[in-house]
Amino acid sequence: MSEAWQQAFARVPELLAAHVQLSFSALLFAMALCLPLAIWAARAPKVAAIILGFASLIQTIPALALLALFYPVLLGLSALLGGGISALGFLPALLALTLYALLPILRNAVTGLTGVDPAAKQAADGLGMTATQKLRLVEAPLAAPTIMAGIRTAAVWTIGAATLSTTVGQASLGDLIFAGLQTQNWTLVLTGCFASAGLAITVDLLLGLIERSIRERRKIIAWGATAVIGIGLAIALLPMLGARGDVVVIGAKGFSEQFILARLIGSRLEEAGYEVRYQDGLGSAVVFQAVAADDIDIYVDYSGTIWTNQMKRSDTPPGEKMLDEIEKWSAATYGVTMLGALGFENTYAFAVRPEDAASKQLKTLDDLARVSSDFAFGTDLEFLERPEWVMVQAAYPIRFKEARSFNPTFMYPALSSGEVDVISAFSSDGRIAANGFVVLQDGKGAVPSYEAMLLVAPGRSGDDEFMNAVKPLVGAITVENMREANYKVDREADKQTPRQAARWLDERLKDRKDQ
Amino acid sequence: MNSVPSASGPAISLKNVSREYGAIKAVDNVSLEIAAGSFVALVGLSGSGKSTLLKMINRLVDPSAGKVLIAGENVKVADPHVLRRRIGYVFQNIGLFPHMTIARNIAIGLELAGEKNGRRERVMELLELVELPKEMASRMAHQLSGGQQQRVGVARALATRPGLMLMDEPFGALDPVTRDSLAGQYKALHEKLGLTTIIVTHDMAEALYLADRILVMEGGQIKADATPAELLSGGVGDEAEALVAIPRAQAAHLIALSKKT
Repeated sequence: MSEAWQQAFARVPELLAAHVQLSFSALLFAMALCLPLAIWAARAPKVAAIILGFASLIQTIPALALLALFYPVLLGLSALLGGGISALGFLPALLALTLYALLPILRNAVTGLTGVDPAAKQAADGLGMTATQKLRLVEAPLAAPTIMAGIRTAAVWTIGAATLSTTVGQASLGDLIFAGLQTQNWTLVLTGCFASAGLAITVDLLLGLIERSIRERRKIIAWGATAVIGIGLAIALLPMLGARGDVVVIGAKGFSEQFILARLIGSRLEEAGYEVRYQDGLGSAVVFQAVAADDIDIYVDYSGTIWTNQMKRSDTPPGEKMLDEIEKWSAATYGVTMLGALGFENTYAFAVRPEDAASKQLKTLDDLARVSSDFAFGTDLEFLERPEWVMVQAAYPIRFKEARSFNPTFMYPALSSGEVDVISAFSSDGRIAANGFVVLQDGKGAVPSYEAMLLVAPGRSGDDEFMNAVKPLVGAITVENMREANYKVDREADKQTPRQAARWLDERLKDRKDQ
Repeated sequence: MNSVPSASGPAISLKNVSREYGAIKAVDNVSLEIAAGSFVALVGLSGSGKSTLLKMINRLVDPSAGKVLIAGENVKVADPHVLRRRIGYVFQNIGLFPHMTIARNIAIGLELAGEKNGRRERVMELLELVELPKEMASRMAHQLSGGQQQRVGVARALATRPGLMLMDEPFGALDPVTRDSLAGQYKALHEKLGLTTIIVTHDMAEALYLADRILVMEGGQIKADATPAELLSGGVGDEAEALVAIPRAQAAHLIALSKKT
């Protein structure tokens, strides 16, 4: 318990700094965009209607969707401009959050500027102020409290929404929340929530203080609060100034096995003297692009995923041949090195409750097809959109009564509680055996092989020290060990952190070597 | 009082000036000569065009046709803000800047002109001129009464020593006592500083008391142009008669009342 808290807290400073950097940049960007627009809009009601309409429209898009949308947009833009734009990480997060912050700033700035007492404006004109002088000396100061209130609202929204930037590979306090959710580690979730809520409340209080002191014309308090914010920012930005040494970024998709393997790779690299950072919770499609673009240095993917998603192949050759072809393809197409398979497979496995398997005599996917019209199907968030599902449907006449998507964490409980009758489980998941679920055989070989394998970014392929540090992992992990390690993290009671499970797994590897 | 400027106000000339808002002619082909140093009142009912006429002199409104000359120079020659810095402007809603001290409000014209030296002394001088205590300098507008605020409005307009003052119903929102004392004090200032003043008012009694020349406007045109004495003696048109009739009737009523007691 206390180790779990310690580990959670240990990650807060770095993530908090990243969170502040991101939210502040987005806020600053939004302000730079909004204030000139608001000045224009305040003088032209038609412009105001159009701009505010656009900002309101953006607000109706869920923040998560907005973040996700920027990935393909930037990818397309990058392709158009001949590469060089990172579709992952800081940039998409910054753009999405900036758009999200527009409405409150714009609306308040326009309201503030149009609400300036007409008599004061007439006096300004009568005294011979130019338009710029009128704005600087009269309109801006009188609209300032209202503008400040808008910035304050935007700041709170942005800090909240920034937790979602984890999904596009930008580090934030959301990393804790998402990782905690995947592994049912509520310590992590709570730590992430408290840290981001604390940040939002603090910023809200300080900006509120500034807003009030501008309204009451108490300059000293306004400057004092500004100074406090400035100091906080400086501390958050400090890590950026420090010489960015050779930090290895290890990517991971959003489930326990990936977290554990990332920590295992990380511990090997740390032993070799590298500084290591983790980028957890990346989507399947996003993570390969990230390694190809050197946004992450290394991660573990599965041969079938690359085969179907990236290479768009629908044939299913034997595992070895597949690995060979992937190695050649990834090197030739993206310069990504396939360093080798880890030794275990994590394929899609259709699992059912043991009672059903016995009573309905379910052994194979053909059997499943027979009863599928009575069965509710539970999957992870992406399976229904994946080519493997198409391949399975092509091979077996499966038509489920209904299909529901779950966060992998909740998929297993959904099966045991009877909410669904069959799930697209992962074969290396410890919860299959722990729940006594029965895995149905894929007699026709419809689902391709899913050997876990190490993929290394082009920028690291020449780093021999790096390669040598991770090479011992190739062929060193058995599916039994992986299952057990996964279960240590996924189980309800006596939970371990991915780092603890990785340590356990590492010892097993060492045992093997010593024998 | 060594601070009194000797500058005399300029002469104003309007030549065939019109201003249209769509189909409505707010000011309809007005030509007018105003002598330097005169105190002219523009009188008329609401919508008679008097305020529009005034604003065309400092280009808060630009004429649709015709031209305006100040001391022989077309007002269009300079940028509007440069022109306005040479003209004092006081209006009913005062428009003090609520986020600035009274001192900065008064000195804002000097600030705009980039005059850095002697601002504080000038503010004190102006406070004295409009008969406000010096402590007011550090106050904010909302701490002042309406009458005090308009005194500050007059001081602000006078800060850059303009020769011409345009006043748009400056005392309209004040209570009668304050209004009377402020009007009287302004008249004295006008004479002391040798200003040219054009005041817009709908109160004929005020016009009769302040001005040395009264222009009665209706429908965008000047219907009567006379001295107060000429107006009171009659024969300058029906519009003027109607406006003069009111204070005259009030005066007669007061005299009748006082005789009864």
